[in-house]
Amino acid sequence: MILPALFIHRGETGSGYGRQAAEERKARLSSEAKAPESYVETPKTLAQLRAEIAAGTTKATDLAASYYARIEKKNPRLNVYLSLTKERALAQAARVDAQAAKGDPLPPLAGIPVGIKDVLVMQGAPATAGSKILEGYRPPYDATPVAKLEAAGAVLLGKLNCDEFAMGSSNENSAYGPVRNPVDTERVPGGSSGGSAAAVAANMAVATLGSDTGGSIRQPASFCGVVGVLPTYGRVSRYGLIAFASSLDRVGPFAANVRDAATMLGVIAGHDPKDATSSPAPVPDYAAESDKPAAGLRIGVPAEYFAEGLDPEVRAAIEKGIAALKTVGCAVKPVSLPHTKYAIPTYYLVATAEASANLARFDGVRYGYRTPAPENLAAMYCHSRDDGFGAEVKRRILLGTYALSAGYYDAYYRKAQQVRRLLAEDFLRAFNEVDAIVTPTTPTAPFKLGEKTGDPLAMYLADIYTVTASLAGICGVTVPCGKTSAALPVGMQVLARHLNEGTAFRVARAVEAAKL
Amino acid sequence: MTAKVTASDVERVAELAHLDLKPEETASMLGNLNAILDYVAELNELDTTGVVPLAQISELESASSASVSRADQVLPSLDRAIVMSQSPETDGAFFKVPKVIER
Repeated sequence: MILPALFIHRGETGSGYGRQAAEERKARLSSEAKAPESYVETPKTLAQLRAEIAAGTTKATDLAASYYARIEKKNPRLNVYLSLTKERALAQAARVDAQAAKGDPLPPLAGIPVGIKDVLVMQGAPATAGSKILEGYRPPYDATPVAKLEAAGAVLLGKLNCDEFAMGSSNENSAYGPVRNPVDTERVPGGSSGGSAAAVAANMAVATLGSDTGGSIRQPASFCGVVGVLPTYGRVSRYGLIAFASSLDRVGPFAANVRDAATMLGVIAGHDPKDATSSPAPVPDYAAESDKPAAGLRIGVPAEYFAEGLDPEVRAAIEKGIAALKTVGCAVKPVSLPHTKYAIPTYYLVATAEASANLARFDGVRYGYRTPAPENLAAMYCHSRDDGFGAEVKRRILLGTYALSAGYYDAYYRKAQQVRRLLAEDFLRAFNEVDAIVTPTTPTAPFKLGEKTGDPLAMYLADIYTVTASLAGICGVTVPCGKTSAALPVGMQVLARHLNEGTAFRVARAVEAAKL
Repeated sequence: MTAKVTASDVERVAELAHLDLKPEETASMLGNLNAILDYVAELNELDTTGVVPLAQISELESASSASVSRADQVLPSLDRAIVMSQSPETDGAFFKVPKVIER
């Protein structure tokens, strides 16, 4: 996610959004007019659904069918799912029903309908990463987090829309059209995991997986009014994640409530021999951790995150959340993260440099799109890539290639890596004094589709609240924390030190329980 | 790091990245890259003399996401037929591309 305004050229993105929007505007003028249409619907909790399935009062196959019916109804407007994996989902649901009928013990996600961001591969199912260059690709294997969900009984409904190669903060960079925010379909769901957030908000899945490189789970979760988790770097395997920036990329869950998000993380976390960066640290029972009271925890509030550019209504909502934490017995104190203002330039240099290397693999040779009748090999590479990639992806590849090129490496990439250490040390120092840090997840409520962002400072700040934790490798949770006067969701970001997801969940539970 | 990028720089970088930009793309990328590079030049304010670059989170002690190599064992890998089926052009054993050497 994440771009200063100049990165986002909405007119150039994907599949004729402008024309589509014009038609829809015309249709709207003739029909509805006033209140924004809402597609919001809260799913039952994991615990409740699992109990119903175990008791036989709900059949997993019926549950899956009901989700597909809801998807069929809502997807034409929201554009959340890019493809459905019905055969696999219904076979899994039938297995769960058979287990339940026999009275066998059920795994933690037995029969739970989930959706997968289209940057994680599922064997034989489309995996576009929101890009034309991967149209038609059918991966030969399952990503580890996907396989773990299924092994835990989850029913995989399908693949969710996202910004192309997870690059964007509004989901408008998808080659398959933007996702609409279920809270207000004239607004963006955030990005890049816009489909993953919107699916949960509209109950088109009970929970979903997304990926977060600079905020791509937290920002859309905040915009759609759901819970999103940024696990510690290395906590969840990336095997089968289509890579964007390897030193930053993480896989994490979305859910309608904190406890369900914690349960999901418990399933997908853990060491994977297929991902050398995955952590061997044992996986705690995150759901049980989230049940512990937050009383006594020391909460840090960094002034740098409440600076100019923060919408006053968002600030007021977050301040209420902080007051709620005090009420339940947290000790709230100011902390300083002095290098925060350098996070955005640092993030751009690191992420684009790594992206330029990772996206070199898309060359029209082994999978995906190849330009028709290329005159020679070099032309095949160049034309396949130029036809296949969207404008935002090309911009990032060019910037990254430039930052890594001879004569510029030290000035850009190495410099950014040095500042990255300073940013990480800011957090490590602060965590000597506090157990968690709370901030707004985004500086504004969700903005409108196609909206020209006229305030660059606000846009920079949008990035700054999420990219810092990405660069430092620490974990975090975004939890709904009230609404603006226009009933748009506000999210609070709770950050904790490496491998302390349990602490972040406890704090998030307390904010959730305050029902702001 | 306040170097101004020129159109020929963009073309050179595009060539390095195997992107065949159309003239209008080159023009818009030129404007974008200069604006972005101006912006990231803010990092120059910071004296980072002696700061060790952080390339991977596992370098931080508290992260303990050790980059551990697994044992060097031969394990089954993906089925060749399934992998090759994804190629735009293949003879079943190899990926086919346009002729590289003219005779």
